[in-house]
Amino acid sequence: MAQALTLTIDGAKHALTVDDPQMPLLYALRDELGMDNPRFGCGLGQCGACTVHVDGEAVRSCITPVGSLGTAKVNTLASLGTAEHPHPLQAAFIAEQAAFCGYCLNGWLMTAAALIKHKPKATEAEIRDGLSGLKCRCGSHMAMIRAVLRVTQA
Amino acid sequence: MNAINLSRRSLFAITGGALFVGFGLPSEARAQIAGAAKAAFPAPKADTLSSWIAVQQNGDVLAFFGKVDVGQGVEVAVGQIVAEELDVAFSRVTVVCGDTLRTVNQGGASGSTGIEEGAVTVRYAAAEARRVLREMAAAKFAVPVDSLSTKNGVISAGTQQVSYGDLIGGQKLDVPMQWNGKLGNPLLSRGVAEPKKPSEYTIVGQTVPRDDVRLKVLAQRKYVGDMRLPGMMHGRMIRPPVAGATVVSVDEKSIAHIKGIKLVKLGGFLGVVAPKEWDAIRASRELNVTWSDAPPPFPAYAKLHDHIRSAKALGGKEEFAKGDAPGTIAKAAKVISADYEWPFQSHASMAPACALVDVRPDQVTIYTATQKPHFNQAGVAAILERKLEEVHAIWMPGPGSYGRNDAGDAAIDAALLSRAVGAPVRLQGMRHEGTGWDPKGPASTHNGRAVLDESGMMTALEFTTKGFSRTDVDSNESNPRHSLAGQMMGLGNQHTPAFGIPEGAYDVANKRLAWESVAPLLATGSPLRSSHLRDPVGPQLIFAYESFIDEVAHQSGQDPIEFRLRHLTDKRAIKVIEAAASAFGWQKRVAASAVSSGPVMTGRGIAYAQRNHTVVAIIAEVAVNRDTGHVQPLRFAVAHECGLIVNPGGLKLCIEGNIIHATSRSLHEEVLFDEHNVTSVDWLTYPILDITETPQKIDVVLVNDPNAKPLGAGEATTRPVAAAIGNAIFDATGVRLRRAPFNADRVKAALGVHA
Repeated sequence: MAQALTLTIDGAKHALTVDDPQMPLLYALRDELGMDNPRFGCGLGQCGACTVHVDGEAVRSCITPVGSLGTAKVNTLASLGTAEHPHPLQAAFIAEQAAFCGYCLNGWLMTAAALIKHKPKATEAEIRDGLSGLKCRCGSHMAMIRAVLRVTQA
Repeated sequence: MNAINLSRRSLFAITGGALFVGFGLPSEARAQIAGAAKAAFPAPKADTLSSWIAVQQNGDVLAFFGKVDVGQGVEVAVGQIVAEELDVAFSRVTVVCGDTLRTVNQGGASGSTGIEEGAVTVRYAAAEARRVLREMAAAKFAVPVDSLSTKNGVISAGTQQVSYGDLIGGQKLDVPMQWNGKLGNPLLSRGVAEPKKPSEYTIVGQTVPRDDVRLKVLAQRKYVGDMRLPGMMHGRMIRPPVAGATVVSVDEKSIAHIKGIKLVKLGGFLGVVAPKEWDAIRASRELNVTWSDAPPPFPAYAKLHDHIRSAKALGGKEEFAKGDAPGTIAKAAKVISADYEWPFQSHASMAPACALVDVRPDQVTIYTATQKPHFNQAGVAAILERKLEEVHAIWMPGPGSYGRNDAGDAAIDAALLSRAVGAPVRLQGMRHEGTGWDPKGPASTHNGRAVLDESGMMTALEFTTKGFSRTDVDSNESNPRHSLAGQMMGLGNQHTPAFGIPEGAYDVANKRLAWESVAPLLATGSPLRSSHLRDPVGPQLIFAYESFIDEVAHQSGQDPIEFRLRHLTDKRAIKVIEAAASAFGWQKRVAASAVSSGPVMTGRGIAYAQRNHTVVAIIAEVAVNRDTGHVQPLRFAVAHECGLIVNPGGLKLCIEGNIIHATSRSLHEEVLFDEHNVTSVDWLTYPILDITETPQKIDVVLVNDPNAKPLGAGEATTRPVAAAIGNAIFDATGVRLRRAPFNADRVKAALGVHA
């Protein structure tokens, strides 16, 4: 049955009607609203490519029913930083050239951003633990660790 | 392109029913096709300078590169080469790649040839453009060409100056080039001008960052999955639950409640298309299909390598033979012999493939992340029975690919769906397809045999391989028989036997290297069809070969590096091995001569490899947990020589990525299957390396040879990683693992057997 929802995404309210409230948030963001930064990687919550922040916490949008969000605030990579004012993690990832294909970047950046909010001085071991489970197929891991350390050791 | 004879009746049989859509375009559309004779998308010609270089009015330079950069930084290196030869700032050069309308077919991303082969023509073209521009300036100023100086896109004669933009901006460089008549990797085209000498380089050889990384980090770069067109619909494919099963019937009513849903069936090709993406996913899950009772196509997983050993060889080749290795081995009192096994591996790209295709009466547009857009263009044209010139393929970044993954097949699937529904179709594969139905890296068995003399030198070395072909399906998608869609529609396959041998190294008086390949387990439409996965057969061969060399060194009581060096005269090989040993701080001792009795055992192992002409040595240090079997790589020392280095910073990162990817393949990756189908269908059933398992440190030593031509670097480091790790596990534990991957269960079992 169709359901009218209002989602708060990157600080703006978006009204949409969904046929299936069980539809994952990922499809509302990408297919309904044209917000492409959360990416489809597995649809199973196993890789992190679809990560968004829900009320500041890293959440995998591919297994989050759109009907479950209520008034929660959703943030995507688009609100993390801009070209003029990049998030320190974005500046660090660019400086370390921490990507090959870059398809997984959204998940690493969004998860790392939530991690360093809780642990601004995260050690290398804490960074590895905090980012464990995210997938990167091309092997950017070492550069990504260096990038996050740039921020937590700054 | 391979000609195929498609029978419309057999391919496009339409089952009746309201939801079903045939292959049909509306009749007026077909009439338009008949009337559309002229080429919509003429390909650029390789024998014209304007096909390679263009100077815009503001002086910016476009370089047209017929390959693509899937994230290894080739685009930057090509830009550096063009800037260098043209005497323009790097920032003024844009490398255009992957668009079949704007670039010549240079084979796409293929075999680490981006710089080694692809950039050669671009370099010649840039040098030729500089020559032509200088001649124009000389004529303009009425001075000899030799009196001109060229810098930053400006040509000066004394106090007179003219910029490239003012000389020719916006007009074509209509100058002939000498083309060797070939397309793909072997294409070579050049002008009259000689490129610069390496001693003159100021841009080539510098570290320049990738701008695409900046754009991707800032969420400003679109991937193929982000592409949308007006009226676009979403497709999903339905794959058989048992490999080889065909569709008996489809119950349309099972998805009739889904808004706007359409069903497309072309023989065994079955897909759904819906206006909304989530609806397409729901339909693909809810569609009730009756499949034929296919006989189980596969052996039990544990019998895979027994099957290979007992299967009839379909082809093979003795690629290297010197002296009489078999005879020497037959007569020897003592022969060292060992067998090795490598599994099927999946591309398991970060996301399953996505493609967007718009089939129209007069033209077809493909948005694809395949590494080989020109071949994808050909494959789509062939399966749609359209002229090549009517098809325009546009490459966009996708989830990283390292060979023939599922990306090109997705474009062919999407093309068939788009034609059927008469709308642009964005096809996004699901995770189970990304590991379950992509072309696989071939499983293989290997045997090494060696004879030593009293001084511990090898007098005979024989290394033989038997495995599935690296080209059960070809390395590109130009022939529909080599596409999953074509095989599902019943076109059959054209299997080609192919494997390979280890390259270079080890001078032994009697030496023989040979391979055989066997038939695929399922002839057509197989989820285990094998093709090119990063460094197509390198990890298999070098795992076995360099593990075996290590075994021989150990059995003769020699340090693994010393043993290798005693058998080498190739100066480049010796140099990288010595450089890696120095970077690692290698102390001479026999492997497994210092095995700890504690719960965690550490060890080091070396492996050497050559790929084409690039040479690399890797030393791995690992910790092995005696109780869990978990192998933790601690550090790697790598020495790498690929001729002239264009971008050292980019090269180091590329090598690092190679090592991590190959470590994942060495420790975790194997495509599991049962008698019916592949059972590796997600990241739990096809685990890859986690960030907690990456090493603390990778020391990369770049050996630069500025007077040599630049060689490939995208894959060479991949091949020795498994052997280096396996040799380190042996050094740590005294237990030899002859079967990859070295996952915790396998290591634990091996350690248990040993105890």
